[in-house]
Amino acid sequence: MILFHYFRVFFGEAQVQHGYDSIWHRLGEHCWYSLIALVCAAVIALPLAFLTGHTGRGDAPIAGLAAVGRAMPSLGLLVLLAVKMGLNFQAVLIPLVALAVPPILLNTHEGIRGVDTATVDAARGMGMTPLQILLRVEIPAALPLILNGLRSASVQIVATATIAAVVSFGGFGRYVLDGLYEYDYAQVAGGALLVALLSIAVLGLFGVLSRTLVSPGVRRRVQ
Amino acid sequence: MSVFDLPSYVQNDYLGLMGQQIEVSLGACAAGLAISLPIGQACARWRHAYPPVLVFVTILYSIPSIAMFVFLVAYTHLTETTVFIPLVIYSLAILVPGVVDGIRAVPPEVRIAADAMGFGPARRYLQVELPIATPTIMAAVRVAAVSSISLMSVGGVLGNLGGFGNLFTQGLRHFEIRLVWLGLFSLLALALAVDLALRALQRLLTPWSARRSVRA
Repeated sequence: MILFHYFRVFFGEAQVQHGYDSIWHRLGEHCWYSLIALVCAAVIALPLAFLTGHTGRGDAPIAGLAAVGRAMPSLGLLVLLAVKMGLNFQAVLIPLVALAVPPILLNTHEGIRGVDTATVDAARGMGMTPLQILLRVEIPAALPLILNGLRSASVQIVATATIAAVVSFGGFGRYVLDGLYEYDYAQVAGGALLVALLSIAVLGLFGVLSRTLVSPGVRRRVQ
Repeated sequence: MSVFDLPSYVQNDYLGLMGQQIEVSLGACAAGLAISLPIGQACARWRHAYPPVLVFVTILYSIPSIAMFVFLVAYTHLTETTVFIPLVIYSLAILVPGVVDGIRAVPPEVRIAADAMGFGPARRYLQVELPIATPTIMAAVRVAAVSSISLMSVGGVLGNLGGFGNLFTQGLRHFEIRLVWLGLFSLLALALAVDLALRALQRLLTPWSARRSVRA
């Protein structure tokens, strides 16, 4: 397999083991961009979805927003912002946030919407205030779907943060882009492998999270 | 500003870009459907096979598009196949669950009635199960088609393989914002048009469900 040969060449180079272009430094950059984007998206999407899910309004606008989000090409948005605003960090951040908001919004909304009305009525009958119902009944019951949304948002962010390199930023995309321009295919393949490994790691992280955070009763019911 | 103010090479290219975009992204979606139908049928038949298959397609979906394009360049070089294969793989993550949900939603008594009327397995599948599952499957197809249209634009980074996505890389290279706007609007318009066309197709395929709408 020629691909494995490329990987061996890439990981054997001294340049990727120490210093500014090292794997650890690029990993730090990649995770940093992804984390900021995920936090921004969650801060925007989660409260909004809690509100719409709890009140049961806004099904149609949220479904429409999710459809627009799927059709929105991140690369185009990135290039547009980079040309408009110059090569600064917002130009990278905004497309990543725009990518992550629809899955979080849609899944959280659907999750809270889908909580059994009998359960919510029982909570109300016990004298819970709307805020208590949301925090202690609806969110725990909807947690599998909420985590699902955060998971697909994170994986998409990690995968797409690669394009930050198109507008001069770092991260693993640097290897892919630099390799393409330098006709150094080993570097391209190595960078791509690193991104793929990172997104599988994120997938695993969310698997662990959903095992530890979701209450056992809810988990049994979902399966 | 109109399209006619744009540099001539873009005007000459535009239809070609549109052709490439439609051919590759919709072709990938159709190929994905052809693969998902048997896989989904098998998963609906053997229930314990579905969770591992679902995990597998989800992991495939999480591999970044640029990484997959790049891995394939080693084998298929800078051809449209390099963009086509990853799009097929991504569409599976949307289409397989759609097909399984659709086939599972067929009421068991309908299946039993078909058996009792003497339908063989193939005829039961084609004439009873598939038509009942069509609205759910078409909802998944719409999602897959729209997302493969927008995913394909990343192919522009590899070279001239991104359809309208090429306009983004060209726009960045020449710092020409009109090219980027043109690419964005063309992609969104194409996605909208494809979505509407698939809705119309669904209405033709399942005339009995015209009153009931199925959400994606």
